[in-house]
Amino acid sequence: MARIIVITSGKGGVGKTTTAAALAMGLAQRGKRTVVIDFDVGLRNLDLIMGCERRVVYDFVNVINQEANLNQALIRDKRCDHLYVLPASQTRDKDALTKEGVGRILEELSQIYDFIVCDSPAGIEHGATMAMYFADDAVVVTNPEVSSVRDSDRMLGILSSKSRRAETNDEPIREFLLLTRYDPARVESGEMLSVDDVQDILSLNLLGIIPESKAVLTASNSGSPVILDRESDAGQAYGDMVARYLGEEVPHRFLHTEKKGFLSRLFRG
Amino acid sequence: MGLLDYFRSTQSKGSANVAKERLQILVAHDRAARSRPSYLPQLQREILAVIRKYVDIDMDAVTVNYEQEESHEVLELNIILPDAGHREL
Repeated sequence: MARIIVITSGKGGVGKTTTAAALAMGLAQRGKRTVVIDFDVGLRNLDLIMGCERRVVYDFVNVINQEANLNQALIRDKRCDHLYVLPASQTRDKDALTKEGVGRILEELSQIYDFIVCDSPAGIEHGATMAMYFADDAVVVTNPEVSSVRDSDRMLGILSSKSRRAETNDEPIREFLLLTRYDPARVESGEMLSVDDVQDILSLNLLGIIPESKAVLTASNSGSPVILDRESDAGQAYGDMVARYLGEEVPHRFLHTEKKGFLSRLFRG
Repeated sequence: MGLLDYFRSTQSKGSANVAKERLQILVAHDRAARSRPSYLPQLQREILAVIRKYVDIDMDAVTVNYEQEESHEVLELNIILPDAGHREL
């Protein structure tokens, strides 16, 4: 049986797709059979971040409507044999994802894969609720910023009440916090909420802190998940995140600015 | 802190504290609203309808408050009756 992980946030633009791509690639690189599904019907983007946009023939909704089978729709990643992508449909029909359909596909994928990563759309409407309904684990992607933290708290409420696990009184979804776009310099100068500030409010299991990084845009420009950029701070931080998800004890990095020399300190480098 | 910062230290100490305080209040409020049972608005309307059969009261004369304490929940109903001068229906 596969473990189903939803990447969620409520607020848009915080890094859900970047995170879904990084987590899926990281798990696959460790030999886990992984599939990553784009739930953002009508606004497909995961294929671009994964760099497989030109290989999309069939999509998630085609499979639900039985116009194609899973093997026809799944795109095998060219960099990693264990990784497959299931792209979202570009249809404008918002109700194309039915609970029965999604459940059937996830059940079928569960037989083959170790991990199913669900990239949720922003908001709390149909697509987002479908992405989280079947989840075993949830990664709540949050920026250190008021509206993002508030929306994350709201998502936690929905996760605990509107999921299959909640409805069947099963063990609740495991919830993890991933803090992204973290800028240690601004935290140190008191302009940005710190990890501790965010944790005082959300108090979740901290899966990682991804620093604000130019590498993220560079990676999306070229369609290569940022976790593959092992030189970059964000790539390394995502690598740590995957290790922590799999239960390894890894200390958090990129929490502080690098020590500067006397002159740069004097003139604020 | 750099030397130049030292001279600038009269500036206020960042906006993150304000953000945190605002969030703490907001999130506490959101959570309280979430834990409230969904039947409350309906309950309020029906109670109001029953009372209005007998006494002429305003639409906003009934307030329903729900609080969760450690071991129990408190459902508080507050009904403001009109002055004695008001005639019965």
